[in-house]
Amino acid sequence: MVSKGKLEWLDLLGIVTGLSLIAALYGALVYAPTERIQGPVQRIFYFHVPSAWVAYLAFFVVFVASIAYLWRRSAFWDRLGRASAEVGVAFATLTIITGSIWARPIWGTWWTWDARLTTTLILWFIYLAYLALRSYVSDPNRAARYAAILGIIGFVDVPIIHMSVVWWRTLHPEPVVVRAGGPALEPPMLAALFLGLVAMTLLYVYLLIHWVMVEEVRDDLQLIRQRLAE
Amino acid sequence: MLGFDRLVALVAKDLLIELRSRDVAYSTLVFALLVLVIFNFAFELRAENLQVLAPGVLWVTFIFAAVLALGRVFAAERDRGVLEGLLLCPIDRGAIYLAKLVSALVLMLVVEAVAIPAFIALFGLNLPLLPLGLVALLGSLGFASVGTLFSALAAHTRTREGLLPILLFPISVPVIIATVKATTVVVAGDPWELALPWLQLLVGFDALFVGISYLVFELVVED
Repeated sequence: MVSKGKLEWLDLLGIVTGLSLIAALYGALVYAPTERIQGPVQRIFYFHVPSAWVAYLAFFVVFVASIAYLWRRSAFWDRLGRASAEVGVAFATLTIITGSIWARPIWGTWWTWDARLTTTLILWFIYLAYLALRSYVSDPNRAARYAAILGIIGFVDVPIIHMSVVWWRTLHPEPVVVRAGGPALEPPMLAALFLGLVAMTLLYVYLLIHWVMVEEVRDDLQLIRQRLAE
Repeated sequence: MLGFDRLVALVAKDLLIELRSRDVAYSTLVFALLVLVIFNFAFELRAENLQVLAPGVLWVTFIFAAVLALGRVFAAERDRGVLEGLLLCPIDRGAIYLAKLVSALVLMLVVEAVAIPAFIALFGLNLPLLPLGLVALLGSLGFASVGTLFSALAAHTRTREGLLPILLFPISVPVIIATVKATTVVVAGDPWELALPWLQLLVGFDALFVGISYLVFELVVED
């Protein structure tokens, strides 16, 4: 059960996260200078890159939690993997959406089969499958075990997917459509990006803790239901 | 070799059941041929576009047929309680996985061995059989390695084999890319070295995922 002290500590984290998000907004929208060529659209970069970072971080946490679960078999690691996958999918979705919004005016298209985009999309599918697998297995222990197996295989596959997609792109006969390689970042831009990274990471941790707590309650509820049914 | 005998016995069991019932091979084969026919309508396959489209057409056919076959790999084990019997046998859990992998691979190769000549006969494009066979072998092994493991997972879900493609396709993206690329080189008759990086990628993928699946299979059949 959740103790009083834990809640206060979480509230503090929530306040810090909220403040850092406001600071990141200020950094991205006011403090950072407007990019000379791309214009204001470029400011989405300060949310896009941190979202992508958090998505990959979240999937790495799923990987670690999966190994830890198979080793320790404690419900905590299972909940952590479950929670991190859900938050990760949310951030991956955000990454793809913000990227598309940026790509439309700059590249002139919502989507291009660039290596990084393609890898992120495949990753998104893998963790959708992870969540689907969980929800289609009735026995909770079995669901946890199966999900952990996919959590490991999915993450091990990421570098291979990326490598194959990069080769696929570079060995492709057509010229590479657009390269993102803009000029190196100005210090204020770097600062805004850094603020965004800190704020998004804090948001991830905050959401993750809450999600783990929700999963805990959900497990309790399931247990109660089961006992009532017996 | 104590383990090897048992592995052979397990594979022989699966293949004998398949030979007698032809449950999977029959439906998978007809399905593969139908997909080829549908591709003909979808793309109007002619001499001009055939060489460009052939690798994609072949591999989509193989992969769809493979998903159909892989979905049934653990059907008997689940429906008729064979798995409990197997688990009671003094065999390593990994050996059960390897046996299933070999059975699934044999089934995939049989389908491909029929579909490739059918493709040649239907569309009149000459394919170099030996190099294509090598690509098909490596690609099918990669696909079957994760596919067999996921088939065991999917067999115990509420959707049964319905979940299999959702699990399998994203993970096997490297296999799909590498096989299509290598087949493109083979079909175009380009220098053999161009296919080499893709074949290396396939060998790496095969080794890694046969290894991981062998190790984690024990966890799938734990209860």
